[in-house]
Amino acid sequence: MLALLGDYTLQTVALGAIILGVASGALGSFAVLRRQSLLGDALSHAALPGVALGFLIAGGRALPALLAGALATGVAAALTITLLQRRSRLKSDAAIGIALSVYFAVGVVLLSVVQRSAGAGQAGLETFLFGQAAAILRSDLGLMAGVATAALVLLVALWKEFELTSFDPVFAASLGLPVALLDAVMTAMIALAVVLGLQMVGVVLMSAMIVAPAVAARQWTNRLGLMVLLAAVFAALSGVLGALASASARGLATGPLIVLTLTVWTAISLTFAPNRGFVAAARRRRRVRHALRDRQVLALLDELAERHDDPNYASEQGLLDGYLGVKSGAALRALHEAGLVEQVRHRPEEGVHWRLTDAGREALAEPGHGVEAAHP
Amino acid sequence: MTPEHLHEPDLAIHVEDLTVSYGAKPALWDVDLDVPPGVMAAIVGPNGAGKSTLLKAILGLIRPTAGHVYLKGKPYREQRRKVGYVPQRSSVDWDFPTRVIDVVTMGLYGNLGWLRRPGKRERAQAEAALEQVGMAEYRDRQIAQLSGGQQQRTFLARALVQDADVLFLDEPMAGVDARSEAAILEVMRDLRSNGKTLLVVHHDLQTVRTTFDWMVLLNVRMIAQGPVDEVYTRENLHAAYGGNVALLDAPGVEPVGNGS
Amino acid sequence: MNALFASIPFTIIATGALVAVAASLLGTFLVLRRESLATDAIGHAIVAGIVLVWLATGLTSGPVQLLGAALAGVATVLLANALTRSRRMQNDAAIGLVFPAMFSLGVLLLNLFARQVHIDAHTVLLGEIGFVWLDTVNVLGVQVPDAMVWLGLVTLVNLAFVTAFFKELELGTFDAAQAAAFGFAPGLLGVALLTLTSVTAVASFDAVGVVLFVAFAIVPPAAAYLLSDRLHRVLLIASGIGIASSVLGYFVAVAWDVSIGGMMAVMTGVFLAGALAFGPRYGIVAQAVRRRGEREVGENRALAVHLCQHEADPDVGEENVLEALRGHLRWPDAKARAVVARCIDQGWVKRDGRVLTLTDRGRSAAREILRPGG
Repeated sequence: MLALLGDYTLQTVALGAIILGVASGALGSFAVLRRQSLLGDALSHAALPGVALGFLIAGGRALPALLAGALATGVAAALTITLLQRRSRLKSDAAIGIALSVYFAVGVVLLSVVQRSAGAGQAGLETFLFGQAAAILRSDLGLMAGVATAALVLLVALWKEFELTSFDPVFAASLGLPVALLDAVMTAMIALAVVLGLQMVGVVLMSAMIVAPAVAARQWTNRLGLMVLLAAVFAALSGVLGALASASARGLATGPLIVLTLTVWTAISLTFAPNRGFVAAARRRRRVRHALRDRQVLALLDELAERHDDPNYASEQGLLDGYLGVKSGAALRALHEAGLVEQVRHRPEEGVHWRLTDAGREALAEPGHGVEAAHP
Repeated sequence: MTPEHLHEPDLAIHVEDLTVSYGAKPALWDVDLDVPPGVMAAIVGPNGAGKSTLLKAILGLIRPTAGHVYLKGKPYREQRRKVGYVPQRSSVDWDFPTRVIDVVTMGLYGNLGWLRRPGKRERAQAEAALEQVGMAEYRDRQIAQLSGGQQQRTFLARALVQDADVLFLDEPMAGVDARSEAAILEVMRDLRSNGKTLLVVHHDLQTVRTTFDWMVLLNVRMIAQGPVDEVYTRENLHAAYGGNVALLDAPGVEPVGNGS
Repeated sequence: MNALFASIPFTIIATGALVAVAASLLGTFLVLRRESLATDAIGHAIVAGIVLVWLATGLTSGPVQLLGAALAGVATVLLANALTRSRRMQNDAAIGLVFPAMFSLGVLLLNLFARQVHIDAHTVLLGEIGFVWLDTVNVLGVQVPDAMVWLGLVTLVNLAFVTAFFKELELGTFDAAQAAAFGFAPGLLGVALLTLTSVTAVASFDAVGVVLFVAFAIVPPAAAYLLSDRLHRVLLIASGIGIASSVLGYFVAVAWDVSIGGMMAVMTGVFLAGALAFGPRYGIVAQAVRRRGEREVGENRALAVHLCQHEADPDVGEENVLEALRGHLRWPDAKARAVVARCIDQGWVKRDGRVLTLTDRGRSAAREILRPGG
């Protein structure tokens, strides 16, 4: 893999993937937090007619024209969604689905016009469907980097305003922030990120570049700044890996490879992230269950001792099993290790007997705490 | 009467002829409201009486059909810096990646202005406010990991850092545990004794008399307003709640005053 | 009969119409249940299903392919729902996460095995409705295009499903809790709906591809929903719009020499735009007219209430005058004059020198408004 990095084309591809990843990861975080995940989906599908229009107007495959066209139809789709949500009885899911499919249909029609006028070469526009890393030229990188930098500078400059309007728009309005304007700027920036990725990931899968890095990053942190940073890093890394894999294996589209890399990483994040991960959650549930069980055992020992008017009374393990209705061995071992119970052996032929230590009695008196100490 | 001149500067809140309607449906009809400074006022009324709507219209979050609002003699837009707001708890996404301290710091964003970022001074202010509502130890918790009462106290702290003269609270006691309710009440009383004015949407008729000193009884129109002891009469409550007599005649809530 | 099915325009239009009707029958309920985007997820996910079934069985059409590929669609939606329930992300993020992954898998499998399967990656997206007449089967002595046979069957199944469970679907759509209380198992019905949507998507796949399927499934029902409140009418109107879109789309596409499937989907959008603008009740024009009326009524009532509230005040000469409407109600001069004129016209208000006074009718209207609960 490292040897590949020396290759000029691959360098271009990797740089493009990094620029795209940073922009889509950072801005995608806000899209996901604002419950606009599928807006990215609609915007990217709606970019298709724009790409075709850009081609028809510029009379050729000029990247600035294609991207400008994509941005224009993307914003038009966003406005269509807003119109449908505000002025009709349709809900957001239908509004997004309508914009997504109808704009894409217009794109399909325009694409057939382009194909007819440009002849058999198909003008190379079909690479915009699934993305093709190799189609990126060194000269494209300047434009991509410029657009991405502009968006990120705006994001940093208006950070606290975006943070507040995303979290609590009502409160933001009470402070006098222009919430509607900030929303519009954020939507335009997300559209920009989508447009950046069209060449590499394609219109159909670009939505994944918006959603997946943000979902993965959210699992690792509870802080907005860190989440945005992590999302950018995840997306850039997945982009580089996927793009390089596609460049080195002939015939595999770049977009799907990047998206699958991202998906694997998101699945890992969902499963193994320290607090929110499924594994951590399962362990936490188990710990609570065990703590509860241990507490039952301690309470039972205490009750039996009280019944015999002997604080040092030791109960036989089999008897405990009978009272609890389950085997108490595991719980007793854990409590023993924590020093909350101790073993007493009266005669060798008898079973093991257990009684509370002073620490055990203390732990029992302290509600909630103490017992968990046996399961750190 | 033009905005440059002070209009009713002796009143903390002065609302005149406020009408809000959603389509043809009335939400508030021609409401006049005057709240003197330094009182803790409850807005009380049945469901759908327009209590939250009144608050939002005063805060400029809803455009009224008619009427105007003045705070300490000036229109709301000029007094924004002097206003604190605690919205209903349901208005935010609790899974948002933000900690208690971050939320409280957001209260300062209005005063910071564009492009400036919160620094050490702002963090210190936020921490002091958390201390005041008894939430200092939860500083780094993600907000979903708090009880309803703790969440409400966090919002209250966010309003405290605004260092406002007039505070608006929308149902601060709804769904809150007893300990948080006590903490919130204590902070509210402290604020009042420091000369602040509080206007609180309150859902619990039974605790109005013990908690507040000013009362605004609303049911789409203004029924009555003034010191609690004068407003909390059987007649007024009947006028506001209509046929809901059972509530009023329940033991322990016998209205005071000369109404009965 | 043979002549009809040998006519290329007829087969293309009929195929489009069958896709539209089959998809709208189910799409209506998805739109009403706010699950429109399930069609998007399903459409993208079945690509992987189609290739996987082909790899396992070597079949590229037939009932096994239909059901096997549909499973991938259902699994995707169920996985997205499970992720939502895990509360690690919102529902929209879950959909946006799962279906691109499934689609990527499908496209990569196609890249790897494209030479052996009859589909390539681009027809996946766009479909080839212009070529449906190429593959035909013999049905009772008539050569019928393959796609039409399967689409016809699916349409019948969907129609039977919607007819048989109409009551349950209606209740489950508008009030899931109530339906569950009646023992209608809305969850199960929902899964059945998704499964049929998935099967329909697979059957439509060759003709219109994955994205245009979304247009056929939700745009006609959405347009119909803007035109009617009655469920059975929404279903009928949606089917009608779908058929009309197929016919119009075909002729426009042929006239302009552009993509036929694309133009049919664009036509559904044109119908939606028409319904949005000119719908008799929910259209934007109708809404604007109604809002204006409501606003005027609201203003008239606000004036009446204002006058009523202050007519007993000692400062009535200060409150109930035209100037007060500007100073207190903050109405611009023109608006204040217009409202007063309207109220005088309808006999609520009369001028008494400078002071505006309520007529008896105006006063009783104001009192009616101010009555508690009124």
